Amino acid sequence: MNRPWQTLILIGSILTAIIASFLYLSMDLGALTRGDGPAQMATYAQSFFPPDTSAPWLRKIGWGLLETLAISAVGTLLAVIAGAIISLLAAGRLGEIARGLARLLLNALRSVPELVWAALMVLAAGLGPFAGTLAIALHTTGVLGRLFAEALENSPRQPARALQDSGAGATAAFFYGTLPNVLPQWLSYSLYRWENNIRMAAVLGFVGAGGLGQMLYVTLSLFQQSRALSVILAMLLLVLAVDGLSAWLRRRLA
Amino acid sequence: MPVGLPPRNRWRDPAALPRLLMTVAALIILWPGLVLTEFNPATLIDPDNASVMGRFLAGFWPPDLSPRFLALLATATLETLAMATAGLTLALLLAVPMSLLATRSLSVSSLLTGQPARWSSVARYPVRLVMILLRSIPEIVWALLFVRAVGLGPTAGVLAIAITYSGMLGKVYAEIYESVDQAPARALLQSGSSRLAAFFYGILPGAAQELTSYTLYRWECAIRASVIMGFVGAGGLGQMIDLSIRMFAGGEVVTILASFLLLVLLADQLSSVLRRRLA
Repeated sequence: MNRPWQTLILIGSILTAIIASFLYLSMDLGALTRGDGPAQMATYAQSFFPPDTSAPWLRKIGWGLLETLAISAVGTLLAVIAGAIISLLAAGRLGEIARGLARLLLNALRSVPELVWAALMVLAAGLGPFAGTLAIALHTTGVLGRLFAEALENSPRQPARALQDSGAGATAAFFYGTLPNVLPQWLSYSLYRWENNIRMAAVLGFVGAGGLGQMLYVTLSLFQQSRALSVILAMLLLVLAVDGLSAWLRRRLA
Repeated sequence: MPVGLPPRNRWRDPAALPRLLMTVAALIILWPGLVLTEFNPATLIDPDNASVMGRFLAGFWPPDLSPRFLALLATATLETLAMATAGLTLALLLAVPMSLLATRSLSVSSLLTGQPARWSSVARYPVRLVMILLRSIPEIVWALLFVRAVGLGPTAGVLAIAITYSGMLGKVYAEIYESVDQAPARALLQSGSSRLAAFFYGILPGAAQELTSYTLYRWECAIRASVIMGFVGAGGLGQMIDLSIRMFAGGEVVTILASFLLLVLLADQLSSVLRRRLA
């Protein structure tokens, strides 16, 4: 910070941007605290309690949880397979043109958010968990493909070359020379993305792609707030469990 | 060529059996998952779905570039940007006090023993618990709830970002305070200064850089999040994408996605410039 006036101008423009944002949205935050605003909010909040804990509903939530887990697991697995194949092209194993095209494809897949993919896949595959699975698979393919390709590019070439020099074919050289080197890294990237995808799969249902999100959306639309609250609590438990488990695993593995 | 091996063993793969078993086991474990997700690629080429999707995809080109639509798009993009900025500002207002309450580095009782006294540790737990609850419910769930409580529009999105991000920022801020050199703050506290003064003169100078860069990173995340939240009716670009998809207006979807990418890219550049200048 050798030029303090520059920093001052910068901070000034940040403050201006913040004030402009509030003005642009013309948010009436006062209305939330004035008149019957708070009372209405309180009534709405109270209608969520107590959460519905009847046995049939809990069983349904249990299925929703399983469905969410299944969507994330199958979606991630499909992405691992597709990502591994595309990463071979993106790492330049099959020529420069294939490399450029594969990178373009991966960037496109990755830059469209999961929820947008889900809304598109609901059109392509109909309502239900399959659309969510495809949405997760498409976005995650973009993410994993790039990470896999980077791992491939950084892996040593000597083992595969040694195998090829002693007469192995290209496929065998890849499977026994290159793959064992990158596999641990690929695996840890995949597990990390799976963790993210569990959280994502819980909310993809908002556009009709199955799992807990769809249950929450439907119950809120039907004004069944106490049922909605139990779904929210289930989501909260899922997120906390995933967070705790991954933190524990990381500590164990580190 | 391998020499001297008996011909029977020449192509034997020592790892084949374990790999085969692993694959079979994985498939058996995954089978219920495939059933639960109603995994059926045939639906993709089902004539009904395929014709819908085909018409939709055919509409993707050319992108909609009519001036009227571009004006709408610009408004929505600005709205998304404003949602992220306003939401993050409100989150900061909540996060800073919570992080000051939750951090161990301003503990007076730890001056003697190095560990905070048991009761004051217990007093910090409620704040930490509140922050965990705030950040563990995904922002889009908050948005969905707020849309029903305060109505459609960006206000719901701003509140959702404010709530989730206050939990995230508060937790990380408290950790950053604890990660910087504690000696200045301790010296100040020991010589009788107030905790707030100890924070401003003992901790903030060391932590400011990291705090700024984390906040900017969260601002980028907030932009992405506010795009997504439009899908539940919280305004901005997301709401436009949702509407265009429902109306099968492929050309509009392409234009909106392009402007979303541009927005993310610009935010990325802007925040890296700010990080260089401020941090």
